[in-house]
Amino acid sequence: MAARLDSPVTIDYHAWPDARGRFGTYGGSYVAETLMAPLAELTAAYLAAREDAAFQAEFERDLKHYVGRPSPIYHAERLSHDVGGAQILLKREDLNHTGAHKINNTVGQALMARRMGKRRIIAETGAGQHGVATATVCARMGMECVVYMGETDIARQSINVFRMKLLGATVVPVTSGSKTLKDALNEALRDWVTHVHDTYYIIGTVAGPHPYPMMVRDFNAVVGREARAQMLAEYGRLPDVLTACVGGGSNAIGLFHAFLNDRAVRIVGAEAAGEGIATGHHAASLAAGRPGVLHGNRTYVICDDDGQITETHSISAGLDYPGVGPEHAFLKDTGRAEYVGVTDDEAMAAFHRLARSEGILAALESAHAVAQAIKLASDLPRDALVLCNLSGRGDKDVQTIAAREGITL
Amino acid sequence: MTNRIDQRFAQLKAAGRTGLIPFITAGDPRPDATVPLLHALVAAGADLIEIGVPFSDPMADGPVIQHANERALKRGVGLGQVLGWAREFRRDDACTPLVLMGYLNPIEIYGYARFAADAVAAGVDGVLLVDCPLEEDDTAQAIRAAGLRQIHLAAPTTAPQRLDQLCRRAEGFLYYVSFAGITGALRLSTADIAQRVAAIRAASRAPIAVGFGVRDAGSAVAIAGYADAVVIGSALVERIAGSADAAEACARARAFLAPIRDALNARAAA
Repeated sequence: MAARLDSPVTIDYHAWPDARGRFGTYGGSYVAETLMAPLAELTAAYLAAREDAAFQAEFERDLKHYVGRPSPIYHAERLSHDVGGAQILLKREDLNHTGAHKINNTVGQALMARRMGKRRIIAETGAGQHGVATATVCARMGMECVVYMGETDIARQSINVFRMKLLGATVVPVTSGSKTLKDALNEALRDWVTHVHDTYYIIGTVAGPHPYPMMVRDFNAVVGREARAQMLAEYGRLPDVLTACVGGGSNAIGLFHAFLNDRAVRIVGAEAAGEGIATGHHAASLAAGRPGVLHGNRTYVICDDDGQITETHSISAGLDYPGVGPEHAFLKDTGRAEYVGVTDDEAMAAFHRLARSEGILAALESAHAVAQAIKLASDLPRDALVLCNLSGRGDKDVQTIAAREGITL
Repeated sequence: MTNRIDQRFAQLKAAGRTGLIPFITAGDPRPDATVPLLHALVAAGADLIEIGVPFSDPMADGPVIQHANERALKRGVGLGQVLGWAREFRRDDACTPLVLMGYLNPIEIYGYARFAADAVAAGVDGVLLVDCPLEEDDTAQAIRAAGLRQIHLAAPTTAPQRLDQLCRRAEGFLYYVSFAGITGALRLSTADIAQRVAAIRAASRAPIAVGFGVRDAGSAVAIAGYADAVVIGSALVERIAGSADAAEACARARAFLAPIRDALNARAAA
């Protein structure tokens, strides 16, 4: 039985998921029978690792010395002044090794793979950030690495494809369906089901079947734990609002999780509204989708009236996904978090504004969060604090930006 | 409640025959071929037919059935149409059981209760939900309540204790996935399968069908040694792909299935 859902006021958000991997009515394990055994094995191994002080100590050591944590909170003073409202604070996940929050999770899962005696690693990737982060930890651990990536994404993220190859990974183009992240995930699941005995699947976001939404969240939750302590130490209080971009939702849940029971902190997720939600060309699963089942979990999905998953659109490959982590679906339904759309144009404007005012090139994914932070800050007084997760750096996106703006490099 | 699946397996058992279960994807190779194909398969010796409901993200399927899904979706085939074809088939065939096989999301969006009622009205007998394992069975409660058999999968990776649970819950028949992989793969180790199926048989009241990797008369006969029924999907879907019209698809399906039926019959007679 799923645990009872209390009223939002009394929910202990840190108590989820339940033993079946449910966040309220979302999550679960909607996979073919063949995968139930490896998922059960992974769940048992992870629950043991979570209680194992030696495992946690090694994870923390790697985060400190290899990833470069803690990442600072940076006060974007010029941007805040320019906006003329609340103070905008940036949690600088872009300063991590490999340039995004994704490494937090892959470091943790690589330790899991080693603990479980698996030598072959597979992963799916959209923008390529998770693929790079996976190839990175595999190189460090001396593990074989196979990354599935949609053909469309390979074309628009060629630099990350090359980075993965430099790190020794095999990048397998996926040509089925819409040839993007969702299809790469299907293909990775097909690989896993065929090689369950020696293969560990590092899912890159808080989606997929249980225990992935929980485990990936836990490995990324260091972002929010650090940020909460940094806020108290440096500002003497918690922020008024948190914001982060949401594709699958791993950087967002990473930041949000430590603050979920701090009811006074408002939480806003920024989804990719693409060319505008009304145009149908978007990837805003929570803002414009409906509850369904995709990739092993019940969550909000973007699909047509026949239940077919439809193609999504975002300028940012990392947000171009028709599902979303089930914990976000839960937070939306309970009202603990709000999810709003940010268009391609708004993200691009925020990208340039941050670059010119603060000297930071944000990833296009993170630029959605910056755009939302700017919107939030402009409606708040000067002494209010908006904490925005700057989840990744934008070097990987310079070609996309140049092409969009008609510039030949 | 009497159900055509239960009746059919009872008949097979009484006659000492191995059941033959072909699979086609609804709407493939063309929408107007589906109903004629169902009749052609019965004429060629099918005992029960599995109809794949097209889905955009068939994560447990290999390339052959993925492409069949894509072709059907390109022609706009949805769950409503599939139920319509079942109803049309049922007008001329009152006894061959039909099992819809597919993924949850199309049914989730259609609505479970509405789907269950419409499927029963259309003459569907069972439903195999690929991405709905035992743990999520409450999802399909409305489907069972309507009298449809929920067909469960068992796999080589299924642990013994779990297998017991599956066997206790099995209704209609239990579908044993012959190897850990996706549909249409080429590996088939009949010795392993024999052992596993024997273990399932000891625990299960429901008949056992074996699928994944059965491609021709030879592999079907090998499986028939220990299974109550043999499922053939990808090899058939591959054979009828590219047919110019419904008549050609039916001719190809008959030419593919009839020799397998003959080989199974010859084995039963021997």
